Amino acid sequence: MFVDSILILGVNHKTAPVEVREQLAFTSDPERPFRKLKEIPNCTEFCFLSTCNRVEVIFTSPHQTETIQSIKKFLFASSNIKESDIDNFIYLHRGADAITHLYRVAASLDSMVVGEPQILGQLKDAYRNSADRECTGVILNRLLHKAFSVAKRIRTETNIGGSAVSISYAAVELAKKIFGNLEGKKVLLVGAGEMAELAAEHLVNQGISEVIVANRTLERAVNLAKRFNGKAVGLAELHAQMELVDIMVSSTGASGLILHQEDVKPIMKQRKNRPLFLIDIAVPRDLDPKLNDLDNVYLYDVDDLSQVVEVNKAEREQEALRAERIVTEETLKFLQWLEDMQLTPTIAALRRKADTIAKAELAKTLSHCNLSARDIKSIEKMAGSIINKMLHDPILFLKQGHTQDDKRLKLDFTRKIFGLDLEPEKEE
Amino acid sequence: MLFSLSLIGYYLSTTTYIVFFITQKKTIRTAARCMLFGAGVLHTVTILGRYFLAGHTPLTTHHDTVSFFAWSMTWAFLSFRWRYQVKNFGTFVSIVIAALMTIAALSSQAIAELPPALQSAWLPVHASIAIIADGFMAMGFCSGLMYLLQERELKKKRFGVFYSRLPSLEALDNLIQHCLTVGFPLLTLGIITGSFWAKQAWGAYWHWDPKETWSLITWLLYAAMLHQRFIAGWRGKRAAILAIIGFIAVLFTLWGVTFLLPGVHSYVR
Repeated sequence: MFVDSILILGVNHKTAPVEVREQLAFTSDPERPFRKLKEIPNCTEFCFLSTCNRVEVIFTSPHQTETIQSIKKFLFASSNIKESDIDNFIYLHRGADAITHLYRVAASLDSMVVGEPQILGQLKDAYRNSADRECTGVILNRLLHKAFSVAKRIRTETNIGGSAVSISYAAVELAKKIFGNLEGKKVLLVGAGEMAELAAEHLVNQGISEVIVANRTLERAVNLAKRFNGKAVGLAELHAQMELVDIMVSSTGASGLILHQEDVKPIMKQRKNRPLFLIDIAVPRDLDPKLNDLDNVYLYDVDDLSQVVEVNKAEREQEALRAERIVTEETLKFLQWLEDMQLTPTIAALRRKADTIAKAELAKTLSHCNLSARDIKSIEKMAGSIINKMLHDPILFLKQGHTQDDKRLKLDFTRKIFGLDLEPEKEE
Repeated sequence: MLFSLSLIGYYLSTTTYIVFFITQKKTIRTAARCMLFGAGVLHTVTILGRYFLAGHTPLTTHHDTVSFFAWSMTWAFLSFRWRYQVKNFGTFVSIVIAALMTIAALSSQAIAELPPALQSAWLPVHASIAIIADGFMAMGFCSGLMYLLQERELKKKRFGVFYSRLPSLEALDNLIQHCLTVGFPLLTLGIITGSFWAKQAWGAYWHWDPKETWSLITWLLYAAMLHQRFIAGWRGKRAAILAIIGFIAVLFTLWGVTFLLPGVHSYVR
């Protein structure tokens, strides 16, 4: 198994626009990619990853050119892109580059929003799906598991995912600083716009238990509430609902303030001062800025949230640099492992080859000699020790590699000089 | 000698905790914890040593009292940690412990003769319970302080050193309550055992001497705090401020009364 037989072929948000990526979506039949990829000759191991920002095949193959062509054909089978244009959209990474690329994907360094946490889960699912269908083998199993632990290492050693870089993430992060765990908390959406929906989605992902939607037109409230299994109320019930919820996201199109400090004061009393987190993403603003002066009320408007985001973005770029260093380091470690993997089979192949020759020659010679059993034994023994003595130095030479390049050269050289790659898998 | 060793232990642990606070490296925290535990064990040995040296529970001098205060805070914290994780709490607690130990180190370590009035089984019971209560109140103070720091950054929307390092407001609020609900019954018990001892030593349960009066004031303060919390929902910032005020009352009962207002307790410390 040579380093260069690990390949990654795919498209992502950097190489292909969404019009191209959406044509590669494999949503209709989840089994199809696995079936198709398994049919491709010489695609020894593979893992198939498909998310909204990328479609990738991670695979190993000894005879690469044809396999690469087949995989390209498979990826673009259902698209209307001309074969000559395909190369403009794809990337192909080989060997160390492929390992680095996979690590960067897993650690979310290659994501549209660097540091976003979903990709690792998606990669894990992709790996599980491929492994369940027995598409992966020794190399990819090891590589993918390494990728997961590299991603974890980067998460713990750098602050790459530590800070929010979108407004809705910032809101979630602040909510966590106020409430700790969001499980069992309730959120009230005032206004049923897209922003409210996005914010609610993030909050629900973090374990919010109940979503209540209040809107001027009840119909839209009902529709949005349905999405989150929540309930819809009219705007008239706003104050009553505020006694029950923990977080309120306001995004109405109202021209003036819809909630004043005086309105909330009695509500806080009713709430027994349980903290209330108010998020005002409406422009013009919905909520009275003076609300922030009330005890246990935390009011953030769009500008406050964007400020959080800006600070975090700068910090995240710094952290990404540290993460890249870890990726480089881990790639080297994996290469090291691959080489050690090669050493043992090379030595075994060397011995096997010598044994086969010796056995064949012995059989030939002994067939027309009339020797006693004892003599045959001594001749066999002699052949054995000739092999051992003969191979002793080459094996020593292989094992004594000092630097990585040194080792790789020696392995390559030894395999060539003894012709170890000429008869592939004759034993199997 | 043993005392100095545990003092150094506490200093080391506090310094390590501060380094952890800045760097947020988990291995450093583990080291700080181990040091605190080690210092706590050494300190226990120190106190036992003084017990045998003095022949009675060593809680009658200023040095011993403050040292025991630090000891009880250490163990209150360590026992807490064991079932309750609060981010960076250790840094704040260890600073207070180190401060208490410094005060103990600066006061006379001579062993005082025990006046006959105080020779009673109530001495270890009353004094230790009261001081352990103080230990929990001190932790309540630390959590109140942390709450105010975190609350300030969230309100001002300026995220500095504390925002990322301190836990959520809710966790801190729970922590305050936790400390007080353990500390308050102990404080109550401390006052009750004290009045039994007073009855035995001086013939009456209550003398209205400054120490007793101030204990009562402290007790009422905490009682009001807990009452308001459960009835009127005094939580959050107000609870944090009250936890700090309550602790100031504790300190005044401990030192203010001793040094400013003379009374029957005054020769004790």
